Amino acid sequence: MGRFAKNIIEFDRVSFRYQSVPVLDNITLAVREGEFLGLVGPNGGGKSTLLKLIMGLITPDAGTVKVFGTAAKKARARLGYVPQFARFPSDFPITVEETVLMGCLNPGRLLQRYTQKDRELARKCLKETGVAEFADRPIDQLSGGQLQRVLIARALASEPDLLLLDEPTASVDSHQEKGVFDLFKELNKRMSIIVISHDIGFITDYVDRVACLNKELLCHETHCITPDVIEQMYGGHVHAIHHHSHAI
Amino acid sequence: MMEFFTALAEQSFLQSAVIAGVLASIACGLIGSYVVVMRISYLAGGIAHSVMGGMGIAYFLGGSPFVGALIAAVISALIIGLVKLYWQAREDTLIGALWASGMALGIIFISQTPGYQVDLMSYLFGNILLVAEDDLWLMAGMDVVIVGAIALLYRPFQAVAFDPEFARLRGLPVNLLYLLLLCIVALTVVLLIQVVGLILVIALLTLPAAIAGHYVRTLSSLMALATLLGLGFTSTGLALSYGPDLPAGATIILLAAGCFVISSLFSARKKSMQSPETPRK
Repeated sequence: MGRFAKNIIEFDRVSFRYQSVPVLDNITLAVREGEFLGLVGPNGGGKSTLLKLIMGLITPDAGTVKVFGTAAKKARARLGYVPQFARFPSDFPITVEETVLMGCLNPGRLLQRYTQKDRELARKCLKETGVAEFADRPIDQLSGGQLQRVLIARALASEPDLLLLDEPTASVDSHQEKGVFDLFKELNKRMSIIVISHDIGFITDYVDRVACLNKELLCHETHCITPDVIEQMYGGHVHAIHHHSHAI
Repeated sequence: MMEFFTALAEQSFLQSAVIAGVLASIACGLIGSYVVVMRISYLAGGIAHSVMGGMGIAYFLGGSPFVGALIAAVISALIIGLVKLYWQAREDTLIGALWASGMALGIIFISQTPGYQVDLMSYLFGNILLVAEDDLWLMAGMDVVIVGAIALLYRPFQAVAFDPEFARLRGLPVNLLYLLLLCIVALTVVLLIQVVGLILVIALLTLPAAIAGHYVRTLSSLMALATLLGLGFTSTGLALSYGPDLPAGATIILLAAGCFVISSLFSARKKSMQSPETPRK
């Protein structure tokens, strides 16, 4: 099966409200197999909500979400997820390796222990994200960038077919950002990726397509991000800056 | 101190007290580790105090106060847990309400119980020196249940305590595991209140694990160290209190709290001297 051959995610007229506030309105979107999709938009525009719908952590108020051709909840095992920032307490007593091993937890099995195979997989994922040397460290001794790479390794340990990343470079220094996205580009050779970002200019160098989200889906082809669209998304006070690729 | 060891060799009530300390330390070291890393000591306190309501009602109806306490603890654990999982907002207010109204309910029912005066102090501070042999077996049984549950569910519990959202994505029954953990906390609290009193239960649940947290880097070593510290505090506290005839439970609590303060200062100083190159927010 070739790249882009079929849809792995299908949103059909999906709406979602948080309490009574509409967050997503009538979203129709398809993501194709092997695609690297960027998701941009203002804060509160519904980007994280869209990822949660894909993961089946919430259900839409209207419309349907299909992931790998089935209900979102059933497809969870094929997803890898990297949160925007670590939600756990930083002083939780746990090592980097144990954190990554959580990606190996299997759905539906309660009495599970980690096998030698799981440990080898965890080490491999840590190596791939470039933080293997920290395997035995407690997580509270990592910098923001190192922790982010550990969380990416945890997502990879689930051996996902689709990787979901919620602002993966929010806690990373800007000079490390390129390294992280180069890693995603490499991973994209074997899995589909959806990445949330608010840096449109930066991600367009990496992604196949950009979807702009502000309650509604405004646009989902990279070439049509015009100053008009940006203004519609963020309001009138944003000036378009023309990026000449990598010119400094 | 010497007279404590002489007495220990001769007096069976002291031997029982030391054994009770050991058994309580195991339960509190294991469960207290979850309480501390999940930051739910206030929740555990709420469950512990709401138990009074169940006991009072049981006295009034002429039933077993132990069964009343158990029912009240499990009900309040489930209420607090369900509110946290499904309602999210303001669980701290709810815990405070359960805490206060549980005790108030207990006092009203006990006051209306004809011809029966229960010493409330004994429920607050207990008396580790008056532990009966039956209680020791009950505690030993509870320790077996707790060790068994944790041995079987260590990984899922760890995942739920660490990052519930990710655990849910990996297909774990997060809500079920969370409520189960709270019920185990409730069970631990109820059984230990009978023996060592409510205040000592809260102290043993939180202080050893909090101190251990300054020194270890995995949950399993936190459990082991917290249990050892609990052992140290209960036996040393018993020994210290014996000579001057101080209340044993209160001595144990103050010893643990004193060590906690010293350890916190020590670890704060250590941290400020070796902060990582790029510290996280």
